[in-house]
Amino acid sequence: MNWTGIFAIWRFEMARFFRSIIQSVVSPVVSTSLYFVVFGAAIGSRIQEVEGVPYGAFIVPGLIMLTVLQQSIQNAAFGIYFPKFIGTIFEVLSAPISAFEIVMGYVGAAAAKAILIGLIILLTSFFFVDVRIAHPFWMLAFLVMTAVSFSLLGFILGIWAKSFEQLNIVPLLVVTPLVFLGGSFYSVSMLPPFWEAVSHFNPVLYLVSGFRWSFFGMADVPIGASLAAILIFTCACLAIVWWIFRTGYRIKS
Amino acid sequence: MTAIVEVEHLKKTYDSGFEALKGIDLTIEQGEILALLGPNGAGKTTLISAVCGITAPTDGKVRVGGHDIQDDWRAARKLIGLVPQEINLEPFELVMNTVRFSRGLFGRPRNDALIEKILRDLSLWDKKDSRINALSGGMKRRVLIAKALSHEPRVLFLDEPTAGVDVELRRDMWRIVETLRADGVTIILTTHYIEEAEAIADRIGIISGGQLLLVEEKAALMKRLAKKELRIDLQSPVDHIPETLSAFDLRRADDGRALIYTYDTTGERTGITRLLGAVQAAGLTLADIRTSQSSLEEIFVDIVKDGGK
Ligand SMILES: Nc1ncnc2c1ncn2[C@@H]1O[C@H](COP(=O)(O)OP(=O)(O)O)[C@@H](O)[C@H]1O
Ligand SMILES: [Mg+2]
Repeated sequence: MNWTGIFAIWRFEMARFFRSIIQSVVSPVVSTSLYFVVFGAAIGSRIQEVEGVPYGAFIVPGLIMLTVLQQSIQNAAFGIYFPKFIGTIFEVLSAPISAFEIVMGYVGAAAAKAILIGLIILLTSFFFVDVRIAHPFWMLAFLVMTAVSFSLLGFILGIWAKSFEQLNIVPLLVVTPLVFLGGSFYSVSMLPPFWEAVSHFNPVLYLVSGFRWSFFGMADVPIGASLAAILIFTCACLAIVWWIFRTGYRIKS
Repeated sequence: MTAIVEVEHLKKTYDSGFEALKGIDLTIEQGEILALLGPNGAGKTTLISAVCGITAPTDGKVRVGGHDIQDDWRAARKLIGLVPQEINLEPFELVMNTVRFSRGLFGRPRNDALIEKILRDLSLWDKKDSRINALSGGMKRRVLIAKALSHEPRVLFLDEPTAGVDVELRRDMWRIVETLRADGVTIILTTHYIEEAEAIADRIGIISGGQLLLVEEKAALMKRLAKKELRIDLQSPVDHIPETLSAFDLRRADDGRALIYTYDTTGERTGITRLLGAVQAAGLTLADIRTSQSSLEEIFVDIVKDGGK
């Protein structure tokens, strides 16, 4: 294993993040605060609580998930797309570092940034609502697993994308709707039966549900199903990444 | 001499169906400077990319330091430094950080003293905290070289290092190449400046249309192919070459005021004595004679035109 190489990529990517630290941190914090104001205050005044949890606290896990998913995908996609775009990818391809190690570096950095932002949002939420975390270990575990698996997805997106437009369109058209429809701001049990059934095909539901369980001990789907979903999703992404490097798809000519 | 890079029957066909390398065989000796000379589109960059692992070869084998670039790619790649043709650099990063990154990427432990030395040798030390996008084109190229040297490669590929750089940088580059050679680093550079190949290479390979037309010691190449011309200025012009001189490789120039004789300097006899005798016998009066050597440029054009020997 070329650990030094993995760490070099990780650090280089993290430096990109810290170069624009204000922008990287301030914008998710501001948008989260807005969500609290809009959802928590406006809607929260109508919906007192969901299954015994005050509405303001109820949306915290969903808000964190929303941002972590977006950040993971965006960071990883941009992290690999940019070197491809400006041509610096040649150096990584010519280095004594395997595909798996390259992925570890880029995905590791993207996930680390997303986790960091997720934790910052959690801290921010303490200013607005009273949140208790029932299972801190599982909370962290879900956070890490989600960040890693969606960073893998972002990595794939970054390799696939041929333009900045494509890079932005997937998170916008696919991920954001899935998050909003995945019970981030409500319990799917509040939906009519048909839409509740449809929701179960949304992978994000399992993540949000598992994550929310780690906070409040209540979930839309069994915790086992959440874990299984995230594992299957991670494996699927890994398989695609493996295929990309084996065939050189859109990396090597 | 030991071979450090061995290329056997290397072929590359791009997805577009274009065959950029048509079976290259090339052995590069340790410590030598090899110049690959060829027109645009000859396949120089493709060849380098295949050796460095950036492009997957369609067929053939490459070994670097005895390590197969496919079966034993880690060991092979550790030995290689690459300075690409295009200036590909992270625009907002600091010079020092990108160079450190390269060393780490190649799995080498941090060594700031070495990086300082490299940056100083490349006159980059006072720019170490500058952002890449604040540097001039020539400076950026130096950064690329620093990155390639940061992990102490044994083989350095320089893909058109002096294309479009100023005279000062070109001289610096040649000086750097000399220093590296003194350290035993093998250098392969591509260029289409013939003077450059002539000035610094030990051997010159000529590549065109995806084929390596020849590889030869520079001196031998020059000698083997060096044709000389003897120009005979005549007192009074001739309107045709006299019959008696038809045995010689002659042509008229300046409306018959001069005759030009082409000969091979390495031939057993140049034929000059006989020619001069015959010229006199034909009743022509000499005004002046002088000789000139054909440049590598002309040789190159000749070879590419004939497609080899
Ligand atoms: N990715 C690619 N896809 C298709 N053709 C390519 C690609 N890269 C290079 N070529 C073609 O291969 C030939 C050799 O290119 P290259 O190796 O860059 O030549 P050189 O470096 O000698 O100028 C050129 O005709 C070029 O158009
Ligand atoms: Mg080229």
